[in-house]
Amino acid sequence: MTTAYFLILALLTVSWFLVGRQRASSIAGADPASLHSLPSYHGLFLAALICLPMILIFIVGAPLAERYIEARAFSGLDPATISDELGRSAVLRDIQSVLAGNYAGTATPELTTAASAYSSAASITSWLLLIAGIAAALVAAMFGFRLIGPEFRARNSVERLVKYILLACSAIAVLTTVGIVFSVVFETIQFFSKVNPIDFLFGLQWSPQTAIRADQVGSSGAFGIVPLVTGTLLITVIAIAVAGPLGLFAAIYMAEYASPRTRSIVKPILEILAGIPTVVLGFFAALTVAPFIRGSGESIGLSVSSESALAAGLVMGMMIIPFVSSLSDDVINAVPQSLRDGSYAMGATKSETIKKVILPAALPGIVSAFMLAISRAVGETMIVVMAAGLAANLTFNPLEAVTTFTVQIKTILVGDQEFDSAKTLSAFALGFVLFFFTLVLNFIALQIVKRYREQYD
Amino acid sequence: MNMLSEVDVEKKLYPAPDQPKAKMKGDNVSVFYGAKQALFGVSLDVPEKMVTALIGPSGCGKSTFLRCLNRMNDTISICRVTGNITLDNRDIYDPKIDVVQLRARIGMVFQKPNPFPKSIFENVAYGPRIHGLVKDKHHLDEIVEKSLQRAGLFTEVKDRLHESGTGLSGGQQQRLCIARAIAVSPEVILMDEPCSALDPIATAKVEELIDELRENYTIVIVTHSMQQAARVSQRTAMFHLGNIVEVGDTEMMFTSPTEKRTQDYITGRFG
Amino acid sequence: MTDIASTNDIPVTDTPRDALVKKRYRAERRFKFYGIAAIVLTALFLSVVLLDVLFKGIPAFSEYRLDLKVVADQALLDPQKTGDRTTLLAGNYDKIIRDALAAQFPDVTTRADRRALNGLLSSGAADDFRRMVSNNPSLVGQELTVPVLLSDDADQFLKGYQTNEIVLKGTGTLTQTLNGDAYALRSSGDDFGKAFQEIQAFLFQRLDRLHTEIARLEKTLQGMEGDAAESLRGQVDTYKAEAETLNARISDANTAIELDDKLPSLLVNVNGGTIKATQISPAGVDGTKLITPKSAEPASPGSWSILTLVTPESNRRVQDQAATWLEQLKASGTIERGFATRFFTSGDSREPELAGIRGALIGTLWTLAVTLILCLPLGVGAAIYLEEFAPKNRLTEVIEININNLAAVPSIVFGLLGLAMFLNFFDLPRSAPLVGGLVLALLVMPTIIIASRAALRSVPPSIKEAALGVGASHQQAIFHHVLPLAMPGIMTGTIIGMAHALGETAPLLMIGMVAFIVDIPGGITDASTVLPVQIYLWSDLPEVAFQAKTAAAILVLLVFLFVMNAAAIMLRRRFERRW
Repeated sequence: MTTAYFLILALLTVSWFLVGRQRASSIAGADPASLHSLPSYHGLFLAALICLPMILIFIVGAPLAERYIEARAFSGLDPATISDELGRSAVLRDIQSVLAGNYAGTATPELTTAASAYSSAASITSWLLLIAGIAAALVAAMFGFRLIGPEFRARNSVERLVKYILLACSAIAVLTTVGIVFSVVFETIQFFSKVNPIDFLFGLQWSPQTAIRADQVGSSGAFGIVPLVTGTLLITVIAIAVAGPLGLFAAIYMAEYASPRTRSIVKPILEILAGIPTVVLGFFAALTVAPFIRGSGESIGLSVSSESALAAGLVMGMMIIPFVSSLSDDVINAVPQSLRDGSYAMGATKSETIKKVILPAALPGIVSAFMLAISRAVGETMIVVMAAGLAANLTFNPLEAVTTFTVQIKTILVGDQEFDSAKTLSAFALGFVLFFFTLVLNFIALQIVKRYREQYD
Repeated sequence: MNMLSEVDVEKKLYPAPDQPKAKMKGDNVSVFYGAKQALFGVSLDVPEKMVTALIGPSGCGKSTFLRCLNRMNDTISICRVTGNITLDNRDIYDPKIDVVQLRARIGMVFQKPNPFPKSIFENVAYGPRIHGLVKDKHHLDEIVEKSLQRAGLFTEVKDRLHESGTGLSGGQQQRLCIARAIAVSPEVILMDEPCSALDPIATAKVEELIDELRENYTIVIVTHSMQQAARVSQRTAMFHLGNIVEVGDTEMMFTSPTEKRTQDYITGRFG
Repeated sequence: MTDIASTNDIPVTDTPRDALVKKRYRAERRFKFYGIAAIVLTALFLSVVLLDVLFKGIPAFSEYRLDLKVVADQALLDPQKTGDRTTLLAGNYDKIIRDALAAQFPDVTTRADRRALNGLLSSGAADDFRRMVSNNPSLVGQELTVPVLLSDDADQFLKGYQTNEIVLKGTGTLTQTLNGDAYALRSSGDDFGKAFQEIQAFLFQRLDRLHTEIARLEKTLQGMEGDAAESLRGQVDTYKAEAETLNARISDANTAIELDDKLPSLLVNVNGGTIKATQISPAGVDGTKLITPKSAEPASPGSWSILTLVTPESNRRVQDQAATWLEQLKASGTIERGFATRFFTSGDSREPELAGIRGALIGTLWTLAVTLILCLPLGVGAAIYLEEFAPKNRLTEVIEININNLAAVPSIVFGLLGLAMFLNFFDLPRSAPLVGGLVLALLVMPTIIIASRAALRSVPPSIKEAALGVGASHQQAIFHHVLPLAMPGIMTGTIIGMAHALGETAPLLMIGMVAFIVDIPGGITDASTVLPVQIYLWSDLPEVAFQAKTAAAILVLLVFLFVMNAAAIMLRRRFERRW
């Protein structure tokens, strides 16, 4: 049905494009310059006139049609079976399999009638939709056809449309943000109607297992995010402790000391490292680094968890080295040469110049690079999912297992879920916290960078 | 051809005493870039089938004025133009005027040669194509050849029409840009220091070309070089600090300027 | 010259200032060293990661197969002689293969032994046979040699991942004495003396390890209280008892040692049979047969050997009996190692030896196709608008800030968006490439917008002006001139964005692309998984063989990424234009 509709749409569009172009050409006759717009613009104008109403009618009509079809199908059924969303979708599935002829078992008479009502309603509405679409398109096209003439500014109309389409493209980016906000905010509000926000923010226990049925034996769940915060913090601190100095020193060396040749070798290394998918690094952390840390820890008499925060943190630190170094490299390069010259002219060595002049000048940029790196580490998922644990231990010992926001979101939402349970909703609440934390961090960091760049531009 | 050039020579030697018909008229034109004003109520007539030179020190507003004549300033969002500019007595800033059609009638050649990074043929053919001036393939070939011939470039490039335009020398590139401009048969051609990026020999060729084009087109040229203005133009307007200091026949301007500033400038005392 | 220089020079005596200069230079060198060290460490880490994956993954690209002579028995495959493909596909190929294998080992009679023998074969062992016959019904009734896939354990054993093997060629003449079921083997050389020493060394090693472990646990125990301490103490006691018994066993250098399944296995290959040692002394071994020797004659030096499987039987998945069978098959030359094409041609499976990445690859392809179709036009459109048409106002600024921020939002948050919006609100199918592609498109769109804007900005304005000058409209100037010139830059950005999408895992977990899916997806609405998710799934599985598969899948992923990035770099080099 949908396919047929859009096939006809495509057909009409192409044919009216040709009609419009032909008409304009024939009006112009031997003197093509007598037209305001090129014939193909007239064609495009008609094509757009066909397309837009048909798409519009489909967008409005299809959901209406669906609702009508369902209403017709349900009209003969026992209201009890279709009282809730679950029942309705079950019945619809049954109807569809009856129509497809692969219904398991024999269908009840009610179901058969419902199925036939469904199919007749479906064919009526699809015909209606098709006719309405074509009619609207043809009316619009006829109207457009009459406009075609030497004076008609088809190009301007088409270009205005193109401009709106381009505007819509950039609006998608905003819509994405809006979508993210809506997806997390609604569920979070629902979550807070079940769990006290104070308990959520300051609770010291995280165990989201809740009883699915009322009569089931099970804990009611504890939703305190403090252990998650400390776990995330611990891993992030380890990661930054690794990536900060390494990334910064690598950047300083690359920007100030390295010959172009060295740069041409080292830069790809950093780019390759940056391009390694995190799932690969997670595999490495879980199967190589973690056993290694555990083994070496035990050989000196320490007891190390097999999913230690240290392993995840170390590998995550390695992951963000290229991130820190490339951002820092940029800001160091943005420091004007005149500052360096001034320092050298006074007899300062390179390292003194870097420490006393360049780094202070580049400080805002470096701070923002670190902020972006932190936001990256906090939001990183695969490494911690594979190498850090699930147990929400409230500890600062890097040799123990801790868990993070992302690990919990992933664990709760992967697999079967009950949509309205506090457990599922808690994942969205965690997502909400994660999103806004990283958003604020990114926003501040980007503003700092922007101001920094303006300063030296 | 011979006849015509004789007429040309005559025209140059003995300018008609009465004012020739004005193709374009600027009346009280002011231009603002944001809060900064670049032109202060400039009025200037551009006579038909003549070369008008706009001279003056850098930043005096001559290029700004030139860019008002085909509304190239529209592309700068903070730019605002007030006053009245007409082409054949029609206001070109009239919202009903289609700027694209306007620019087809008023072509432009830029300071730095800027051929499209496409073949020589495509460079010239682009304008006629988008303006729907082409009946068929043959007609297009004809237009391209004629335009290149008029720009005095055809003999040099006829064997490599399908090679990239960016591979030409600077002077050839600039003549290609002129060919590109005349391919859409404009009535006016605006030239913004067309020779500033060229060596003396290429400059001489382009100047020669400008002189020939005068026969069919109205030309406005912005130039930095006094000598060039003297060589190619019939009328000269002297700009300074966003105002016109003096307008007149070129010969008069260079021999007996009425304004002291003009005299100072053309004798090289400032600028 | 020298005179002038020395008189005019700064004094070269050791002033405090001079010492300071030296110190400053030391600091300079130190500082530079830190930079080099940071880069070296990073490079080292990268190479360790890549080499680790490489070494783990390479074995998975080969597999061991057994070339088995079978008869395509009509009665088992096509009793009605229909010659029909469906019938042939349903034939009992497994039985033919199992019988053929059992025929090679006449000793195998009991049910348990037969089951153990069949355990050497993969559950998909008959697949190749089935394909051969069903594609060519004329083979029915003929004798054929078919490649038979071994089980993952057998494969791992043959690849040497289950145990180290030590082979000692016999230097003396070996005599066997049969006493009931028990064999007593004696050599005229010192062969068993050497083997005995090895076992002793192993026991000492184990004792050592026990002692360190006991010491470590006792240290941890200090200051510990409660249940945990209690159970630890119990552990310590067990270890101590074990150490006692071990001590007793090795107290005497000449007493025979009982070989249990916690010690390396000693297998003696003699006269085409294999005897497993149950007790060893420097003089010889007593043992039971795993494969009956063909004769009881004394074996001459060099014709027999002692095979030591170092890993104790209790720590191995392949037991001594199975190991012996495999060794014998290997010796008979019917086992061969080949390229594991199956890895690229089959979908996921619970059996490591049957699992492949085809499903994940196709799923990745569908997903990335959706992503590309969506995010390229949208991203470029947005970039053109923002770069060329957008008025400089607050709204534009908001859009710009928003795009920059979106590029830094954690990917898992996009997964939440996909789950809440596309799955729950718009009711799109779970686990489908359609939704995966949508989510990834939103994820990489900021990257593409930012890259495209940079590319558009790099086209000199003179080109646009030239077009405007001949009367092109603003849009004609952009679409005819600026956009084509920006295209290489846009493509480079797009490829990098797609490479990013290819490696992305977390958001796809959220929208259910983690299901166990055997079938190869046929479209964008079929349930499927993608390569990185497949890697994640396999890395979680307990079978050792899956570890190699995971690493192999990672290698494939890295090759794809490498190719994409190389393409991006080539594109940049080739079309980069300096204006």
